[in-house]
Order: sequence, then structure tokens, then C-alpha cells
Amino acid sequence: MAQHKVNYLADGGTPIKLTTVDKIVNFGRSNSLWPMTYGLACCAIEMMATGGSRFDFDRFGTIFRASPRQSDVIVVAGTLTKKHAEFMRRLYDQMPDPKWVISMGSCANTGGMFNTYATVQGVDRIIPVDIYLPGCAPRPETLQYALMMLQQKIRREPSKMAQKAKRLI
Amino acid sequence: MQQSNRLKPFFENINFEREDNTMVVNFGPQHPSAHGQLRLMLELQGEEVVKATPDIGYLHRGIEKMGENMIYNEFLPTTDRMDYIASSSNNYGYAIAVEKLLGIEAPRRAEVIRTMLIELNRIISHLFWLATHALDVGAMSIFLYTFREREYAMDLMEDYCGARLTHSAIRIGGVPLDLPKNWTEDLEKFIKTLESQIPIYEGLLTKNRIWKMRLEDVGVIPTEMAKSWGLSGVALRGSNVKWDLRKEMPYGLYDELDFNIPISDKCDSYGRYKCYMQEMYESSKILKQLIPMYEESDTQLMAHAPDYISATKEEIMTQNYSLMQHFVLVTQGMRPPVGEVYVATESPKGELGFYIVSDGTPYAYKLKCRAPSFFHTGLLTDLLPGHQLADVVTIIGNLNIVFGEIDR
Amino acid sequence: MRTYTPKSDVQKKSFYSDRFFVKPSVPRKDVESDDVFLEDLQSFDGLFQIEDSYIELDHLVLIINPNDNVNVIKHLKTEQSYDFLVELTAVDYLEKKGGFEIVYEMLSTSKRKRVRVKTFMKQNETIQSVESLYRMADWSEREMFDMYGVKVVNHPNLRRILMPNDWDGHPLLKTYPLHGNEAASWYEVDKIFGKEAREVVGPELRDSACVDRYDTNRFARLGHEVSKGTTISQGNEPDTPIRYQEEGGVKLFGAKLVTPFDEIETVHLKERK
Repeated sequence: MAQHKVNYLADGGTPIKLTTVDKIVNFGRSNSLWPMTYGLACCAIEMMATGGSRFDFDRFGTIFRASPRQSDVIVVAGTLTKKHAEFMRRLYDQMPDPKWVISMGSCANTGGMFNTYATVQGVDRIIPVDIYLPGCAPRPETLQYALMMLQQKIRREPSKMAQKAKRLI
Repeated sequence: MQQSNRLKPFFENINFEREDNTMVVNFGPQHPSAHGQLRLMLELQGEEVVKATPDIGYLHRGIEKMGENMIYNEFLPTTDRMDYIASSSNNYGYAIAVEKLLGIEAPRRAEVIRTMLIELNRIISHLFWLATHALDVGAMSIFLYTFREREYAMDLMEDYCGARLTHSAIRIGGVPLDLPKNWTEDLEKFIKTLESQIPIYEGLLTKNRIWKMRLEDVGVIPTEMAKSWGLSGVALRGSNVKWDLRKEMPYGLYDELDFNIPISDKCDSYGRYKCYMQEMYESSKILKQLIPMYEESDTQLMAHAPDYISATKEEIMTQNYSLMQHFVLVTQGMRPPVGEVYVATESPKGELGFYIVSDGTPYAYKLKCRAPSFFHTGLLTDLLPGHQLADVVTIIGNLNIVFGEIDR
Repeated sequence: MRTYTPKSDVQKKSFYSDRFFVKPSVPRKDVESDDVFLEDLQSFDGLFQIEDSYIELDHLVLIINPNDNVNVIKHLKTEQSYDFLVELTAVDYLEKKGGFEIVYEMLSTSKRKRVRVKTFMKQNETIQSVESLYRMADWSEREMFDMYGVKVVNHPNLRRILMPNDWDGHPLLKTYPLHGNEAASWYEVDKIFGKEAREVVGPELRDSACVDRYDTNRFARLGHEVSKGTTISQGNEPDTPIRYQEEGGVKLFGAKLVTPFDEIETVHLKERK
């Protein structure tokens, strides 16, 4: 577990007033995040171990869905190579709003130990990322912590249907 | 509102000669199953596969080029990420290749610990294979049971080297760490649990009518095809070829250990499944034999070769020349002799080989990793035509391919 | 003007060198020392010309003419029962000798011996495919072509295997840098978003030691986390509390459903079952 306090700020200073409807919708959204199985390399094994019985992922309400059309979160676990980058973007585009991205492991965060010609140096060159999760491979407890961080992040957001664009592209 | 980008539906620039009306299905790089990034383009006639073209490279990270730009010791954690399910096997293969090039031998205790680690990794890998294969075929509860056993095994690995998945526990010249206290007792407890649990998995699957219908006569690899494609490991032994590097060309301690090699003469997936299950028993047998060998071995852990390998930590912290040599070896790297070496070991997936061309500098001139799964995936071109679409999933699961190795 | 660095070999070189250092070599033995290998070598008498042969670290190494490769391998397969072609690669000697050295690694299960067949071909020549003898050469030669640009003749399907189909360059050549050339570094941005997005996405960060305290867009920040994109500078780092709706605990009809997190009272798992 993280020893230091992680500080997050929503939007630059002003706290967002959440109405009861927002709270209920956020409660529903955060407690039933359906991830898409996007295991690319070694971190996928740790993601599967998180889904196993010791570090049960199902108690957070997650069900691993195979299709992007039915999922909320995409957990990019593993190295993204340049050959695959195109398909990653395509699958991300196929996910319906609201959607979040957890980038798991150093390869997905920044290219990791593979500082070579064929690796995308960070999945955030292609898709906007909400939570970065360091480690190589991160322990399953770290992935659970990241999911809880994501839940906290979701509960702070207003639940308007139109999410504003997270970054330029 | 989605920003528009340049991705339009595009047609692969792969030519299919379509004489008849076959359907092309793209078994895309993202899988709901666990095998990684395989893209198979299948041409189907109804439900039967007529042509299959596997497309790999979606996990190509340039490991071989990294090997040319890193010193030998620095490259070792990268080998972890090749077959990421049984990391210590890759480390071992690389370490003994470099040791053969240097002409040094690891001490006895290091060999015992290494063999323990790789056999434990073999069990971990086979449990993972069973989990994902059963999950693909449809028996989903096996996944949860085997992952439970795997967690105990990974606890052992974590007690030893601190990492669950990417161990780097084996170094060039030996092992850096001795076994912690009570590790051998925990290992015995684990073996006992494992040997009581494997019959449960077998009881669920071996005589199961559905399992047999899905696996028998599916993925029949004739012996000639197996030899022509350069298969190794269980895929080869499941095709009636009595070949296991641990017995036929022994390395390390395998000539002193007593174990058997399961072979299947049916050449189909069911035979390979039974080989894998039996191999888990054999690995636990080996582990039981290694525990007394550990206790009666001398405590030296790294080979004594000051040209190539640093001294132990106690010496580095107290002797000045050891510190200087360690500094030079870590910053500049060791200079091995000029020459070439190819060493193959029996990893859980098959014959994992490292071909190192050295020109005397600290950076290898060429480092090629011969991955068994590369050829097992190529085999799909010849093996899949004639099978139904549901058998494709069975065959891919049964061949135990891992993409970190294939694409390197 | 910047110093000229030759681009014909961009592999990392050792900074220090010792003028008087004599590089040792891996020991080589004569073929006569091993009976099985001697018999294999003598079976070639009169059939093919073997330019050189020796035993190196338990391998019989045969150096042959590139035009003979299919015939030699066929001879080894059929007459000398080397039933596996284990590996097939190329080594880049473009700068030193002007060509590639193609290496075939073979294994005999009945004799338990390994043979390495090496042949040197110049850069612009082509080499025959051994795919008719061993099917594994199908993929291995494709990989050789993809990584080195070695042209193989009579191959059923010579196209790139590991790199994308429209990749520019052959990565494992010594002239190809580890981080990739310019086409490689912008490949994914061009493919997905187009050339116009290059300034938006920014260049790749290849320097793993780059540390910048005030950079919140890239991963170079050192210090406690702030949200991506906030502008911070020296003396102006925002300090923000954690806020989420259940922070103070959740009450339902007077009873607490969720108690606030208390680090001291949290139960830590003391022993592992």
C-alpha cells in the first residue's frame, strides 16, 4: 500500500458541489466498473492473479468483459508496441462514454525498460490515461489500490453524460 | 464526442486467393483468452478452417537489439520478460550460455538452488498452462483452483528473491542469495499440497466426457511435422519423440537426479495434456530429491572468477580490490573471450536456446534467443486447416505459447 | 560544428579500452578429437567443399560456400541424421567484412550432437531458402529478412513478420540505432493521428535519467503528485487534500455504515496461512 499521501485535485481549486443524483450515479458507476481484458504482456499475468481467489477482483464489482463495447475501464497491462498502437486506439475509440484508463506497469506508463525502436514510450501518447500504476510487474495489491483510486476519482466527478475531452487528442 | 482520427476500416494487405466463398475471420491481436497478442487470419468454410495465417510481432520489443547494447549482467533482467510465466528458466538459460562462453562453472550450492528454482518455475508454468487452457476450453473453475496453488508457489519465489513474477534470481556465475530460513520446509509443505491437489484437477478433467471430446483427436501433430517445424518440449514428446534435453543432453544437476519423461504416442491434444500433468508430478519428485542435496552442499554461491564475476558482498564491503573490481565490472562490464556459443535448456515451453556471438567487448556482438513458442506458433499454419473453429482455441491453448518469447 | 560520429556502426561501444589487452578466445579443437564429428566431416569428402571446420564448445562448426547451403543441409539431414534445424539466423558483418554470416544450427536426436553450419554471403547477394527441407525455415527466414534485410530466394512467403508491414528499415542492422530512426519514432503518431499531431503529442522521451520537478505532463516529475497538466513552478506547488464523498464515514439512520479510515486501528495480516 502507498505509504505517502497521494494528493489529487479535481479542477484547479474550486471544489465541485455534488448533488444527490450525482452521488447516486457515481456510487453506481464506481462500484461496478467493468474492465476490458487488455493484457498485453507480463502485467497481464498479475492482472489475472488479481482476478484469482487470493486477491479477488470481483468483490469490487468488476467483471472482465471481452468486448470494448460493454466495458467502462481499460486496464492497459503490458508493453504497447508500435505495431499494436493502432489497434489499441481503435479499441479505445470503440468504448462508449464514460470510460477510464488505468495504465498498469512501467511499460504502459513510459515504455519501461524497453527503450527501443519498437515500443511506444508510454500509452499516454495514444490514449488519455487516468491512473498510472508503477511497478514491473506491479503486485496485485497495487492494482487493487489503483482501482480504488479510480473509484475515488469517479466519485468526485459530476455525472453529466457528456464528459469533457480529457486531452487534446 | 470522439475526435476523428485517421483510423478507417482498412483491409489487410495480405492477399487471400479467394476462389470460393470462404469467410475471413480475424482472430485479432486482443484476445479475451490469456495467450497474448496473436493475430490469426482464418479462412473459414462454414465452421471448418481452410487456411490460417498467424501474424505475430505485436509484442516485439527489440530485446535482441537491447542485448547488443547492454553489458551481460545488465541484460539478465530483460531475459525475465521473455517467457514471463517461468522467468527463472530464461535467466538460467542465459546464465549458463554466458558461463559456457566464459568457461566457468557455478558452485554446487548454486546449482542446487538454481535447479530448485527452475523446477518450481516449471510447476508454476504448467499450472498456468492448465488454468488458461481450461479457461479457454470452458472449464473455468480450474483457473481459480490452479491460481490458488500458483499463489503458494509464487509466495515461495517471493520469499526467496522478492519478486513474484520477474525474478532475476539467477545470475551469471551462480545465485546471489542463499535460501532463507525455513524455505525448504515451506517447499516441502507446498509439494505436499500440490500432490494432493493435482489428483483433484485430474479427477475433474481426465475422464470428463466433455474434456475428452474437446481434446481427443484435436491438433494431431504427426512426428514428421513436429521434426520439420523444430518443435520441442511437450509438443514434441506428445508426438511420440523421446526427447528431453534434461535426460538426453544433461546440463546442471540433471544427470544426478532421478525422474521420468512422460511421452504420448497419440499425437493429439489429450496426450499432451496428460504429459503436462505427469510432468508436474515429476518436477515435484525432483524437488524432493534436491532438498537433501542442498543441505549437504558447501556454502559458496557464486563462482570464483575475478575476471568476470564480482566477489561476494562481504568481500566487496571489506576488501579494497574486490570493491574496485566490482566497480569496473558493473560500470564497464566484463570482457568475455572471443567466440560463439549456443546453449539450449529445457524450459517449460520447450527448447530455449541462446546464441551469443562475442567479440571480446563488454557488449555482445549478437545475441539471439531461440524461443520454442516461435515455432509452435508457426506450426499453426500447417496444423489448423481441417479443424473446426472451436478447435482453434483448444489448439492454441494446448500448445502453450507465450508471446514474450515469440516476439522478443 | 558538432563532431562527426560514424553512422556505419551505432552499437554501443566500451568507453575505455586497454591498448595492451589481448583478447582471449574460446578454445577450438580439431575435428579429429571427436569420432562422431569426424565421421560427419568425412562424409562430405568429394561431395562439397568445406572451407573450414573445427569443434567449438561441443559444436562442430562447418563453414561452407553460400551456394551449397541447401545441399549441405540436405546431406546432413538425410545422410547424417541431423533431424532438427534448431535455429537459423544472420550476423551482421557489413562493416567488418561487407556481408552477412548466415548460421544454421542443427541437432541430431539419435547421435545427441549439435552442428553449426556457417556461410558468408555478401550484402547484395541472395541465399537459397531451406524451407523445402525444414518447414521452420519459413518463419526463421522471414525473421532474418525482417531484421537484417537478407534476401532469400525460393521462399514461399517472404514478408515482414515481427515489424509492421510498412516499417522502414531493418532493425537489427548495426546501422540502425537502438532508439529507432526518425520514421520509427513518429510511427504510431503518424499512423493514428497524422503528421499534424506531431507537435501536439510531442517527441518521445528517451532519456530515462531526465528529471524535472515542474513537469506535470511527462513522467519526469520528482515530488508528490499533482494532477496532469496543472502549471506549477518553484514555490507554487499546490497542496491539496484528498476529497471523496465517503471521507467522513457514511451514516444510515444513525448507525455508521462506513467508518473513516484509521491507519492505526486497521488490522494488518500478521501471519500468512
